[in-house]
Amino acid sequence: MGPESLEARQKAAIEEVLKAYPEKAAKNRAKHLGVGGPEDESQKTCGNVRSNKKTVPGVMSQRGCAYAGSKGVVWGPVKDMVHISHGPVGCGQYSRAGRRNYYIGTTGVDTFVTMNFTSDFQEKDIVFGGDKKLDKCLHEIDELFPLNNGITVQSECPIGLIGDDINATSKMYAKKTGHVIVPVNCEGFRGVSQSLGHHIANDTVRDYVFDGKVDTLGEEIAVTDYDVAIIGDYNIGGDAWSSRILLEEMGLRVVAQWSGDATLKEMVATTKVKLNLLHCYRSMNYISRHMEKEYGIPWVEYNFFGPSQTVKSLRKIAAFFDESIQAKCEEVIAKYQPMVDAVTEKFRPRLEGKQVMLFVGGLRPRHVIGAYEDLGMEVIGTGYEFAHDDDYKRTKDEIFRSTVIYDDVNEYELEAFVKKLQPDLVASGIKEKYVFQKMGLPYRQMHSWDYSGPYHGYDGFAIFAADMDLAINSPVWAHTKAPWDKVGEA
Amino acid sequence: MAALRQIAFYGKGGIGKSTTSQNTLASMAYYFDKNIMIVGCDPKADSTRLILHEKAQNTILQLAAEMGTVEDLELEDALKPGAGIFAPENPHGWIQCTESGGPEPGVGCAGRGVITAINFLEEEGAYEAEGLDFVSYDVLGDVVCGGFAMPIREGKAQEIYIVMSGEMMAMYAANNISKGILKYANTGGVRLAGLICNARMTDFEYDLAKALATDLGTHMIHFVPRNNIVQRAEIRRMTVVEYSPKADQAIEYKELARKIIANDFKIIPTPLEMDDLEDLIMKFGLDLEADEDNIGKAEAEA
Repeated sequence: MGPESLEARQKAAIEEVLKAYPEKAAKNRAKHLGVGGPEDESQKTCGNVRSNKKTVPGVMSQRGCAYAGSKGVVWGPVKDMVHISHGPVGCGQYSRAGRRNYYIGTTGVDTFVTMNFTSDFQEKDIVFGGDKKLDKCLHEIDELFPLNNGITVQSECPIGLIGDDINATSKMYAKKTGHVIVPVNCEGFRGVSQSLGHHIANDTVRDYVFDGKVDTLGEEIAVTDYDVAIIGDYNIGGDAWSSRILLEEMGLRVVAQWSGDATLKEMVATTKVKLNLLHCYRSMNYISRHMEKEYGIPWVEYNFFGPSQTVKSLRKIAAFFDESIQAKCEEVIAKYQPMVDAVTEKFRPRLEGKQVMLFVGGLRPRHVIGAYEDLGMEVIGTGYEFAHDDDYKRTKDEIFRSTVIYDDVNEYELEAFVKKLQPDLVASGIKEKYVFQKMGLPYRQMHSWDYSGPYHGYDGFAIFAADMDLAINSPVWAHTKAPWDKVGEA
Repeated sequence: MAALRQIAFYGKGGIGKSTTSQNTLASMAYYFDKNIMIVGCDPKADSTRLILHEKAQNTILQLAAEMGTVEDLELEDALKPGAGIFAPENPHGWIQCTESGGPEPGVGCAGRGVITAINFLEEEGAYEAEGLDFVSYDVLGDVVCGGFAMPIREGKAQEIYIVMSGEMMAMYAANNISKGILKYANTGGVRLAGLICNARMTDFEYDLAKALATDLGTHMIHFVPRNNIVQRAEIRRMTVVEYSPKADQAIEYKELARKIIANDFKIIPTPLEMDDLEDLIMKFGLDLEADEDNIGKAEAEA
């Protein structure tokens, strides 16, 4: 490796990656790749990349679909509701329980998150329409699982193709039974990624959950001055739990978690909170904005990855409340500082200077950067599967150094960037994991924390640090070599 | 035995496709001893009633839905021998009837139904019946989606007859169907084999139909005059051939049948642009009505 700067290497890598494409594809992809600099005001988005556009045909994208965004992300974790994958069996079965949305409850009795409910479309349902079958499904679910608090109907592609009116079926059934039935028109072919599915799902929350549409059995929602809701935390590996204890310790009352370990009623109660705390901006900014407009509830983005960002976020949240909360916030920060010091002291020397490349979904491509940097690690590349411009704008504030930014990166590009920039750790999804591990590179799966977690809050940071150490410093790497180490070793 | 010929009747909804096709096929069986299988591809399932003397036969999809899946269905459940003179034991040609069927209006996917039904017939060997000369598909309205193009895909109908009249909308539809044929012509080998003008007795009908046929690169294979005997026969759920074999109209259908059997003029159509189609109509003395200045004017104003 020559003395050239990181930025120069990154720019050269982009140029080389683009060379492999035909002219038209290269022109398109060039707009999605860039080098971002921290606080570079000249850049419109981070690295000036374009985003939220249709994937180039022929590449292996890591994106999901609108159904994944609604069923898999937003609605799926709501634990006391049954979510029907409406259509052929595959979409439901292959997305079942994949995101490790932890919850408390007795599965199959009062909670249903890890179960797969599907209308299992057959040829005859396509030809004759599936409305009657859907109605039957709704009846059966209520009969077999009487403690469910509502049902959502998650449309798979064929529903939109054949024009089934799930809205009418749901409405009729809801009217007859008084139950909450939420039809979600999240057919997979809609939009360019799962992002539209988030939006569609958010809109159905607005249309079917708020404003007295859910019967609270005459119970008044108790309100305090310190009510907050966690929005956009899916409790992967328990993330929301390790977040809420901090909020509770500083005197706030967490009324709802959206939507990890969530119940329908706590979603209803959210319209009375004082402040919405938004973690995953991408997937739930829509409903936060709606609540701001309709109910006057302000929202604040926060980041509970790594102690630096956690401290900053705790103070930012406390600033919305009175001095008693602010004082308790400082107590919380002080209380956990020795733990942070211990973790840092133990792991930082083992991880210092190690370079990381990320590629993840909603918020992590920017939010986890701080956690790595707290351990002395350097993030040199990051990108989102399905972000919009506003995500990349926010990314500018989170990077520490020149960072290669790749929007909707495909399998070829990510592999090529990794080969060029030679990070010590790649952190991305399950689809890329084995490619890089077989290249002899430490890898962490950052969608479901590689069966670990939680990573949020102070407790999460300790686990995060240990996991990264485990990946990078595992003795197994002594038995393999990255391809570039084998040839022409300097 | 001559090779099996697969033909299809397309045309605008309500033009008389099912009536024309059944009368023609009946003539092919009765006068020319051809053995025929009719595959109705219309959710209304009215492509075989005149042959079967029935209101509407049980359809493939309806039976499959009752049994659970199409795999549970047997061919003999879905394929019915014709009634009367079309029954297999009669001296002339026989006709077998099947209907794809489909959903009630406004739900599901009828196009997928046509695909399912034709796949079923193929897998069950319906096309391999002993002595079968012709398979005829009767397809609803327009080629609105992929499913209704199923009968003209590779290995299915090779000859398409478009039933039309001298009315403008029927001509539009005929042109549109030609576009569908063109799309599959190069990959699948389907050809346009002629226009059948089912006369409505509109102005210049014969000339218009003939001119359209010429522009599409095909021929008007027959001009079927209007005759109320067709309706009288229909009320008895019969074809004219069976109802009154000596009637003038029966002779017309016999002639059409003869022409189809002898037809080897099969072409890749050259569909018209919308403007050319409008020009064609103007050319035939309808120019007074179609004059630029008169567009949008009521009769009294012009």
